[in-house]
Amino acid sequence: MMDPIYGRIAANKRRTFFLFFLYALLFGAIGYFIGIYIGDPVVGIIMAGIIFVVLFLVSYYSGQNVVTKMAGAREVSKQEEPYLYNTVEALSIASGKPMPKIYIIETEVPNAFAAGRNPDNAIIAVTRGLMNRLDRQELEGVIAHEMAHINNYDVLLATVAIVLAGTIVFVSVIARRMMLFGGMGRGGGRRGGQGQIIMLLILLIVAILAPIFAQLLKFAISRQREYLADATAANFTGYPEGLASALEKITDQQVKNSPIENRALEGLYIVNPSLGARSGSRQSALFSTHPPAEERIKRLRAM
Amino acid sequence: MESTYILAAVLLLVALFIIYSYNRLVSMRNMADKAYSNIDTLLQKRFDLVPNLVNTVKGYMEHEREVLESLTRARSEWLNASSIKENAGADQTGEKAIKTLFAVAENYPDLKANQNFMMLQEELAGIENKIAYARQRYNRTVMALNTMIQRFPTNLIARLFNFETREYFAVESERARSAPEINLQGGEEK
Repeated sequence: MMDPIYGRIAANKRRTFFLFFLYALLFGAIGYFIGIYIGDPVVGIIMAGIIFVVLFLVSYYSGQNVVTKMAGAREVSKQEEPYLYNTVEALSIASGKPMPKIYIIETEVPNAFAAGRNPDNAIIAVTRGLMNRLDRQELEGVIAHEMAHINNYDVLLATVAIVLAGTIVFVSVIARRMMLFGGMGRGGGRRGGQGQIIMLLILLIVAILAPIFAQLLKFAISRQREYLADATAANFTGYPEGLASALEKITDQQVKNSPIENRALEGLYIVNPSLGARSGSRQSALFSTHPPAEERIKRLRAM
Repeated sequence: MESTYILAAVLLLVALFIIYSYNRLVSMRNMADKAYSNIDTLLQKRFDLVPNLVNTVKGYMEHEREVLESLTRARSEWLNASSIKENAGADQTGEKAIKTLFAVAENYPDLKANQNFMMLQEELAGIENKIAYARQRYNRTVMALNTMIQRFPTNLIARLFNFETREYFAVESERARSAPEINLQGGEEK
């Protein structure tokens, strides 16, 4: 009786919460050490707390804006892109969900992603190359896959994770700079010794934690949900072959140094845009945010 | 004394079950209603475009009177339809007529280059597709609703509150999803 999708949605919301909790801890730790550096650990923790709340609100309420800016996407109206608009509207009817906003990325590399905190505040972005290469049924398959992510609350998790991961990277860059300048400015004296040790500690923490968080991101944007989104998409359209043949067409088209290649965003796209950057497909299976396309296609065709 | 408690507990459970089932039935019925109104809106949009389409095409297609007539006929069939069955019938007639028109239009290069016609073609292709999906959605919600109304024990509650099964929006002799493929790139009609 119980729809497996509902359990899935609950699990995604739990994971989002868990992810937040971990990030909060990390922020607190960094704040603590910076606090020691400036003389008062409590001030550091309070500052970290404020920053975290702000980040949380930003990523929750306008995460999709951040993500579309990062991806270089532009919102389009029905008049500008009737074909795309009609296709998305058809899938919104098929899934019984509200119509998402539509964005276009002007690049020939075919790809697509969705973002937003819930089905009422969601966006779907597709590249120009995707629209040019796929026929209507294939495009429907891709849009249905994105609608499925929205429907399953995968996008809430992914959007929030991306904004937070972005800030971690930002903090680590700042920390490195500070140490560099600190090191140069005080090269001669011995006074800066303690401060430098603390900065070194922060750097160490960030250096250790960054990969863990990258891993967490991948856990969050797990591969299992790609299969689930594929299955839901097939259910929306009633035509798995559309998505299967779309995946087949676009996987090989990902190129090296493409304009949409962005570490932070790669988990969001329907097909990993960094595929072209990897030499062989051997290593990608383990570290990839996505299951191999062949496997997805195989499962779709078996439906 | 103890048996009173047991009786109260059983009654409470039954009451909870009735409330739960009743609410499920109501929300499923509303979903079906909404899905049906979706179809209706789309059919309205489609048939609203028909006079415009006929006018655009008329000048180009002197020899295709019957294609145009079948379009107009489908529209009036729809205007007179009241039951779900009649609506579904008009939907099919209209779908066939539009499909035929676009197939025939392939032989008229001037028409195909007409700006107005091109716009109508994209608009209608989009609508046809949406209608196919709206039908599919409606039929699914109706199936869920009907199943709940017919299955034991929810059938008792359905009967108690007069929930009635719905008719499917039937598309004869084809799978729900083989929407008319109107090729926009101007290729062959499938």
